[in-house]
Amino acid sequence: MTKTNKKVILTNGSLLIIEALAKAGSDAFIGYPITPANHLYYYAMQRFPFALPAQDEITTLQWMSGFSVAGKLPVTATSFPGFALMVESINMAYMMELPMVIILVQRLGPSTGTATCGAQGDILTLRGLISGGYPVPTLTISDFDDCWNLSEKAASMAIKLRTPVILLTSKEMVMTSRSFDINNLAEINSIERNHYNKEETYQPYKPLENGVPSFLPVGHSKHQVRFNASTHNELGLLQHSTKEAMANTSRLQSKIKDNLSDFAYYELDEMENADKIILSFGISSIAAREATIKLRESGIKVSLLIVKTLLPILPKYYEILEKYKHVIIAEENLDGQYSKILYGEKVPENIININSIGKMINARQIIEEVSKI
Amino acid sequence: MNNKMLNTYKLPYCKGCGHHLIARNTETAFEKLGIDPLNTILVTDIGCQGMLDRYSNTHTVHGLHGRSAALGAGISFGLSDPKKKIIIFIGDGGSTIGLQHILEAARLNLDMTVIIHNNMLYGMTGGQSSGFTPCSFNTTTIKNENQIPNYDICKLVRSLNVNYVRRIIARGDFSEELKEAIGSVGFSLVEVVELCPSYGLKLNPGMKMDKLLEESGQEEGVWRHEKESKTEYKYKYNNPSLFEQTKQIEQEFKHNLKKPFSIIMAGSAGEGVQIAATFFANASIASGLSANQKGRYPVTVGVGFSTAEIIVSPEEECKYDLGELDVIIITSIDGLKNNRKYIKEMKNGILFIDKSLELPETSAQIISHDFRQIGAKSAAIYALFYAIKHTGIITQEALTKTIKQHRIGSKIPLEKIEEELSKKD
Ligand code: SF4
Repeated sequence: MTKTNKKVILTNGSLLIIEALAKAGSDAFIGYPITPANHLYYYAMQRFPFALPAQDEITTLQWMSGFSVAGKLPVTATSFPGFALMVESINMAYMMELPMVIILVQRLGPSTGTATCGAQGDILTLRGLISGGYPVPTLTISDFDDCWNLSEKAASMAIKLRTPVILLTSKEMVMTSRSFDINNLAEINSIERNHYNKEETYQPYKPLENGVPSFLPVGHSKHQVRFNASTHNELGLLQHSTKEAMANTSRLQSKIKDNLSDFAYYELDEMENADKIILSFGISSIAAREATIKLRESGIKVSLLIVKTLLPILPKYYEILEKYKHVIIAEENLDGQYSKILYGEKVPENIININSIGKMINARQIIEEVSKI
Repeated sequence: MNNKMLNTYKLPYCKGCGHHLIARNTETAFEKLGIDPLNTILVTDIGCQGMLDRYSNTHTVHGLHGRSAALGAGISFGLSDPKKKIIIFIGDGGSTIGLQHILEAARLNLDMTVIIHNNMLYGMTGGQSSGFTPCSFNTTTIKNENQIPNYDICKLVRSLNVNYVRRIIARGDFSEELKEAIGSVGFSLVEVVELCPSYGLKLNPGMKMDKLLEESGQEEGVWRHEKESKTEYKYKYNNPSLFEQTKQIEQEFKHNLKKPFSIIMAGSAGEGVQIAATFFANASIASGLSANQKGRYPVTVGVGFSTAEIIVSPEEECKYDLGELDVIIITSIDGLKNNRKYIKEMKNGILFIDKSLELPETSAQIISHDFRQIGAKSAAIYALFYAIKHTGIITQEALTKTIKQHRIGSKIPLEKIEEELSKKD
């Protein structure tokens, strides 16, 4: 047999995500059992420097916030029923500007729905997560390489933008095992954290040039550090709705949007003279990729956009999509959540939604729809 | 930095509010202990006590209603530094909302001090009853008719054997008591019973606190654990990579495939379907194929059906979608019921089915055999060997070696399986 420089293992997305996050310098995993995020919990208990079971989802997010306040990078993994309970605390962490990574493994809803069935049904929830409509950076995983690469990006984004980041995936991605060559994986190094190191009084919410305030953990021996979940000024002191406080609050959006180009992840495979483009993300990317290849084989010209920086929407996506006469959006939910975010409730006629609940979208579905155009 | 805990003489509370006393006595306790405010993290809850941040020279963290004990717990884990004092200021309202968080921090014996400002009602929101409102105490929501007893937080926390629990009525100087609590190791809690003049006093004129406590079966007091201790929580930054515990699969066998091959294996829970599928995927990879494997089972994994879907492929990147099936292996009635649709739709493949089962409707070739003869637990793996031998997609040797190398490989009756397989020849 020929020897290759491959290193093939049979693995799943959960293992890759946890290994990547640990390598990126995550300090703590707060877990609790919920299907289909259990593998992530299981691996993190072995791999993370600190891993603990919390009593429930509110506690999970509160403990994580405590770790983050203390200068650590915490991670958790959940699915909608748990995520729903975390929402108020995610708002808190967002307002306090706390780095953390929340892995959301989507499953079929509403409510407890079907725990062992995948879905992409939480996109609208994520879009409206923060009271006031502020964006929470959300990266979504389309294959095993993303499990590795985007996990590191999520950790890096959380630290650099001082914010909770959602790493969005689905049951099939984290529970399916595949042969995978780990020799091709990019090296991941522990992300450096640049804490405030000046003599002048530290102001916890005073933005640097990029709109992100520098960080110091509580317990610092020279500077007083404040974190505040209520409306506050640059000092972290509670205020009603003063000009200063409103400037601080609206900065929560601008710091993310203004720096988004540093975290613009997508895959664009354009075909010359194509007037159709398939847009997909997450687990449905698998079908979208396969459909694109087959459509091209049958002589149909079609381009492909796999979105990875899901929220907030990259302005670049509109630039790309506007070039095409037909946009086909494939997502595993009732009637196109990302499509609604992109185009509103009344979808223009040239937009074709391909959706599915309780079952992954398959390439055949996409091929059929595209062939009809 | 000012060495005092507070930066003002004028605190933001109503005149006569017990919160004044708690803040001042905490400050004095700090002085007595000689604690630098910058070695302290004050976590405040929502409610009137939560307005103290601005007036504190400590680090301050102001979070959500009821969650400060959990937030403080996270800080305690996160800092993991005995030199840093973590103080939680929370009201009786917040303690009602987050009761479980307090109990959890106590159960974990985290190094922190919870100071409950118990004025027996929600002050900031208008004097509503809380879980700490005693029977005879009037609030704006329940007057002269309250029959529901209050939580005895000291009793609840004491049941967790923490180092220090105390209940005091707020009057005069109780800095010595707070000093003891803050200075103690591990989890400590002080419930300070006080009055909110704006609601409590108005609605309960002439009320005596001692009497109120007595009537509700509570008392002032201190409860120490005989042996002070705290639980150590440590970071381990040198855990081995998960890749180290995942076996690298060397290619050492040959396969016989020109295109992707899709298999469903199905039987009952506990009969080794999933592990057989894993063996097959591993053996296929060792034969130079790529593989994709996923399981289907009910939420209660120990009963009912267990189905595995496996695709193996000579292409570098294995496809995800089963597409047309090449083989279905059914070893029990549970597996049959769960896969009738696939069996019916299968056109050109082979169905391997246990002899005990009625033959389902299908246009596939059917091979019926006694797969359960070696025992129910070996049905799936035996059927797999049987199917591999019949189809020749990979070698029997590849599968045998994979099993032998696996940690539970010794539990598989390989000899018996081989014996049965050779009988067929
Ligand atoms: S409302 Fe009551 S608890 Fe709040 S500050 Fe005034 S007296 Fe104190």
